[in-house]
Amino acid sequence: MEVKLKLAGDTLVVRLRGELDHHAVNGLRSKIDTKLPQVKNILFNFNEVGFMDSSGLGLVLGRYKIVSEKGGKVVACSLSPGVNRVFELSGLQSKIPLYSTEREALNSV
Amino acid sequence: MDNYMKLEIPSKSQNESFARVAVAAFAAQADPTIDEITDVKTAVSEAVTNAIIHGYENGPGIIAITASLTGRTLEIIVVDYGVGITDIEQARQPLYTSKPELDRSGMGFTIMESFMDQCRVVSKAGEGTTVSMSKVFGDIDNKMS
Ligand SMILES: Nc1ncnc2c1ncn2[C@@H]1O[C@H](COP(=O)(O)OP(=O)(O)OP(=O)(O)O)[C@@H](O)[C@H]1O
Ligand SMILES: [Mg+2]
Repeated sequence: MEVKLKLAGDTLVVRLRGELDHHAVNGLRSKIDTKLPQVKNILFNFNEVGFMDSSGLGLVLGRYKIVSEKGGKVVACSLSPGVNRVFELSGLQSKIPLYSTEREALNSV
Repeated sequence: MDNYMKLEIPSKSQNESFARVAVAAFAAQADPTIDEITDVKTAVSEAVTNAIIHGYENGPGIIAITASLTGRTLEIIVVDYGVGITDIEQARQPLYTSKPELDRSGMGFTIMESFMDQCRVVSKAGEGTTVSMSKVFGDIDNKMS
């Protein structure tokens, strides 16, 4: 699993690449969390995520808990059909709005 | 039963991807669709991750995975000899997790139930947990959903 982190104003853009499971999340979480004091919102770009299980949901939900306490938002974009099915089942879209492109997601925060 | 495979792995998170890819490669001989393979991979990933995080609480242990094919029916059994589950009904509730502090979402069993046709859980406190799942490839009902 690779991750690219980029700042866009007060939003942290997290571009994920690879398979998002428990093992991948373990190597990723602290990389994201060290940046959180600098930002208000998080955008997860799933464009290059070929596989995700509940560990990916947990990663997103955990970051949502952190930033929403300070009034920040979490949004996500570019979900493959497989990743989208896992999201839909969890009902997480009610907290984390999904967009088809990074630009749309960025415009929404 | 027409064919089967058995896999034994130590409880290490780097084996999660190996386990799901191995079962998917075995299942490929029944000619599943790409969506069906994704379902199988996700379900195996959930069961193996649960064995590692909950069964063995991120410590050492052995996980046994069996997959078998009968016609186009795939059966998968994931066994751990860890702490076990005291209240299976509660554990299977959507969004229930005993470890919210570890960023779990409580969706593992719900994913196994909806991505496979059947999911049975047998467990005993202090002895371990067995999750048995099956899926019929090419099932009309699956294609509709
Ligand atoms: N192999 C196991 N051994 C012991 N307890 C288990 C096992 N599998 C599941 N459990 C218990 O069942 C609960 C629900 O499991 P489930 O997979 O649905 O959610 P989770 O693992 O907590 O979160 P998520 O799967 O979304 O990361 C767990 O929190 C745990 O208490
Ligand atoms: Mg789980």
